[in-house]
Amino acid sequence: MTVPAAVIAGIGESPVGRVPELDTLGLQRIAALRALDDAGLSFKDVDGLLTTPIRVENWAMPCGKVAEGLGIRPHYLATLDVAGASGASMVHHAAMAVATGQCHTVLCVGGQNMLSFSSNGAAVQKLADAGWAHPEFEAPYGPLVPTLYALAARRHMHEYGTTHRQMAEVAVTMRRHASLNPNAHKRDPLSIDDVMASRMITSPLRMLDCALVSDGAAAFVVTTPERARNLKQPLVRLLGSGYGHSHTYIGDYRDVTTTGAVQSGRDAFAMAGLTPADIDVAQLYDCFTITVIIELEDLGFCAKGEGGAFVENGAIGLGGRLPVTTHGGLLSAGHPGLAGGMFHVLEGVRQLRGQAGERQVAGAQTALVHGNGGIVGLHCSVILGKG
Amino acid sequence: MSTSDKQGAAAVEPNGYWQRTSSLGFALPRCEDCGSFHFYPRPACPACGSERVAPQPASGRGQVYSHSVVYRAPSAKFAADVPYVVAIVATDEGPHLMTRIVGMDPEAVEIGLRVRVRLDAEGREPVFEPDTSKEA
Repeated sequence: MTVPAAVIAGIGESPVGRVPELDTLGLQRIAALRALDDAGLSFKDVDGLLTTPIRVENWAMPCGKVAEGLGIRPHYLATLDVAGASGASMVHHAAMAVATGQCHTVLCVGGQNMLSFSSNGAAVQKLADAGWAHPEFEAPYGPLVPTLYALAARRHMHEYGTTHRQMAEVAVTMRRHASLNPNAHKRDPLSIDDVMASRMITSPLRMLDCALVSDGAAAFVVTTPERARNLKQPLVRLLGSGYGHSHTYIGDYRDVTTTGAVQSGRDAFAMAGLTPADIDVAQLYDCFTITVIIELEDLGFCAKGEGGAFVENGAIGLGGRLPVTTHGGLLSAGHPGLAGGMFHVLEGVRQLRGQAGERQVAGAQTALVHGNGGIVGLHCSVILGKG
Repeated sequence: MSTSDKQGAAAVEPNGYWQRTSSLGFALPRCEDCGSFHFYPRPACPACGSERVAPQPASGRGQVYSHSVVYRAPSAKFAADVPYVVAIVATDEGPHLMTRIVGMDPEAVEIGLRVRVRLDAEGREPVFEPDTSKEA
């Protein structure tokens, strides 16, 4: 496999959290403007556009809607939907577009006013009806989306002795990271006891094991290395990428503790010529606490079944052996739907530029960004490098 | 914790799989070429690719592969059921399926628990209950 030569040249995010004054296009416009400004570009420089579907409004063709909303006429545009892996996958698709000359500057943008459009409760119901549970064979039994992950978590606990306390450590670490992120949705300190005493939603998962519902949008700009050299920011290159799909529904999948991340990680590392030991910071998708534990195992950062022990004692926090999701992730920084994983891309770029402020991982040269979609079934891993 | 006999609140799908196969009892798609069962239904056998697949009666027995007690209903139509057990059952024929575990304390459900299907006459989605029979 050849690595498509491409650079992430600009990043930007809208205000995240409860942002009732902005609608979906308003949020996306702010993120896009900030990403372009970060790169030293403007809308007139953009000739490619990637976006992801939204849920709050019925957009028949999101890429067309966004192009029109932002006033751009791209030579390449698409709506990417690999579920929660869309953010990571956008890097790879944009890289292919610029590396093949289809266009030279791709704006990747996504997000929505998921919280303010209706309510947290309405968002939960909408998610439960969105098809993550099989409409005929699962949804009639009344699972929440968190229930589907709870089934993976319970099985992981059974097979490997993973504890809820270990899962709680993931939530606490994400909150600690979010406390250092001025734009994070939730920044108040959180203890393991707080997580373990939070409201039981769908056992073994409690409220604080679950991602937030947020308003927000993220954007990044992908261009050729040649163009990026004349722009404002230090270069962050794509080094490798991979995909993996193990199942669409959790109910009929016979090994729910091992996922498509095994293949996505293996392919991405092979393309980059790196191993997990070479990664300085990992921006792992954290829709639920258990998701991070499973990803650490399947991506090869530890052996199968050792993810629970791996996250203990601050090991995935700043200063730990592998800093994970240093902006605070979906659990604390914010989760506006399919675009949630784009924030992991932004943070990977910040870390490699040395612009992560109080969250900076000293001397970070390589970042893995991982997206997980569906019910731990659909994965995209992207490895980014400095310079 | 109260004993739960809740069947799930969803209306019967008039042309759904369970309705269409209700005359067979608890039936799973089976490949006429390689003999393996699968579920959920697919256009072709996931083991060998044959399209000669048809629902065949299955034992309706299996064990709990994983489970979760739901305390916060996803929508109003499930609110009266809370708390209820959503589970994955590994059938003795091999396929896994999502279901509910009924007829016992929701908090007492464990992985490995032997269960058997409970069907109703209307072709509603099958639920499972503890299997206390000897041959299990």
